[in-house]
Amino acid sequence: MNSLPYPVARLANAVKRYGQTQALAGVDLEVHRGEVLALLGPNGAGKTTAISLLVGLQQADTGSASLFDSAPNALAARRRIGAMLQATSLPETLTVGELIDLFRNYYARPRTVADVVALAGIDDLLDCRYAKLSGGQQRRAQFALAICGRAELLFLDEPTTGLDIDARETMWSAIRQLVAEGCAVVLTTHYLEEAEALADRVVVLAQGRIVAQGTVAEIRARVASRRIRCVTTLADAAIALWPEVRSVARDGGRVEIVTDAAEMVVRQLLFEDAQLSELEVRRAGLAEAFVEITKEAA
Amino acid sequence: MNATLAASSASDPASFHAWRAYALEAKYEFLRVLRTPAFAIPSLLFPPLFYLLFGVLLNRGNSAAAHYLFATYSVFGVMAPGLFGFGVAVAIERERGWLALKRVAPMPPGAYLVAKMLMAMAFALIIYAMLATMAATLGGVRLDIAQWFALGLIATFGVLPFCALGLLVGSRANAAASPAIVNFIYLPMAFLSGLWMPLSMLPQFIRDVAVFWPPYHLAQLALAAIGREHAGGAFGHLGFLAIFTIVCFAIARRWLARTA
Repeated sequence: MNSLPYPVARLANAVKRYGQTQALAGVDLEVHRGEVLALLGPNGAGKTTAISLLVGLQQADTGSASLFDSAPNALAARRRIGAMLQATSLPETLTVGELIDLFRNYYARPRTVADVVALAGIDDLLDCRYAKLSGGQQRRAQFALAICGRAELLFLDEPTTGLDIDARETMWSAIRQLVAEGCAVVLTTHYLEEAEALADRVVVLAQGRIVAQGTVAEIRARVASRRIRCVTTLADAAIALWPEVRSVARDGGRVEIVTDAAEMVVRQLLFEDAQLSELEVRRAGLAEAFVEITKEAA
Repeated sequence: MNATLAASSASDPASFHAWRAYALEAKYEFLRVLRTPAFAIPSLLFPPLFYLLFGVLLNRGNSAAAHYLFATYSVFGVMAPGLFGFGVAVAIERERGWLALKRVAPMPPGAYLVAKMLMAMAFALIIYAMLATMAATLGGVRLDIAQWFALGLIATFGVLPFCALGLLVGSRANAAASPAIVNFIYLPMAFLSGLWMPLSMLPQFIRDVAVFWPPYHLAQLALAAIGREHAGGAFGHLGFLAIFTIVCFAIARRWLARTA
């Protein structure tokens, strides 16, 4: 990765404002060949703006964006990317097959139709007009357009929104296959399990700034807290008084305790309640880490 | 487009590729429109119907009126694919993100607009062919081959100023409002340019401002092409239409560049 002269996409101190709103307040970002980078953040954090700058739909007010070391709107750079943007609808009266035909034609060495169909999981949709597709099928058709040019870099802005679990798994495995072929992916998502499943690296944005970045494990490790779940006769209020305990909640018959010192709390629990059962200790997931990080940033 | 063509020689595979891209883009634009009844029906049906009603049925035997109305209804007919094909379609595609996706995709430069222009010209030619068939069979219009041909040429290329005007609307208007806005331009402009009845039958103040409307100039060219009474010289009309087209395109491109 380091042997390459330049990253496949880069934002350098990019600033973008819309009227009074600061969408990006100086963001530095590099995407390397073959990696999956997940951009996370609450709504309005600047994820879509970052993508808009990288694909050349918008210009940074100050700072710069580049694709393959050239301007993002250069034709040569665009030939090497594919994109699935948010809130896109394709022409309703064309069929999926016609749309793929149109987009394949933009590239010098497109993927075969059979290949696109298999990857995007749209076998039975080729002859359907876009308007007749369900929301999830439309998303898959958009994915098909994004991948039909053998892109070296894919931008996927909330790709699996509206997909059912099967369709999401299909798309994840397609993304993994593309990454195995050497394609880099920039992904935004609201589903943290998606970032957890796919991403090599996570960048968390809040209010137009990067507030955390690292591997999924590194981001998770930023949050020291763990969750303890068990069935116990001890009262919640009593547990809440222990100094190491951050919070106590009850979920059905179980108590859920959040703590930074799980071992000490477990020892205390077993000491005070010999009948305690169904003990479970879990490290915080990306979801918890994310909540924590964005709360700190706010 | 010219720059792209000039830059690539015939042996260059990229030039073949670009040509194919333009052709496919135009083909799918035409298919898309043909399958959109809200566009295809009014623009393919209304001009022949209006012409049948006002130019044929209500005009029994008056040869001068028949020729005048054939020329002006041809102009009326070709305004629609330009205004609606650009005004409404661009507004919708802009709002729904299709335009953004195509900008990100490596579409050859200008292919989006060129395809729409070719589509509008094809529609204009079809509309003209329908009107010409009715004019020759029912309307009592007698022209020589060169005149039929010249008027067809004017109809086909005369759609371009309306493409530009439509693009201007489409690059700003929201999708829901765009059909109303286009109609609000289309119908009054047709009337004020003397397409439905000769300007000489309209009040003086309407005649005074007619030179400001593009359909007026196209109608004068159409009347000249079939050897009927017209005002002004061909170069003046062509000049007005060319400048109008370029200015509208230039403004619209600036506006479009600013929308994401």
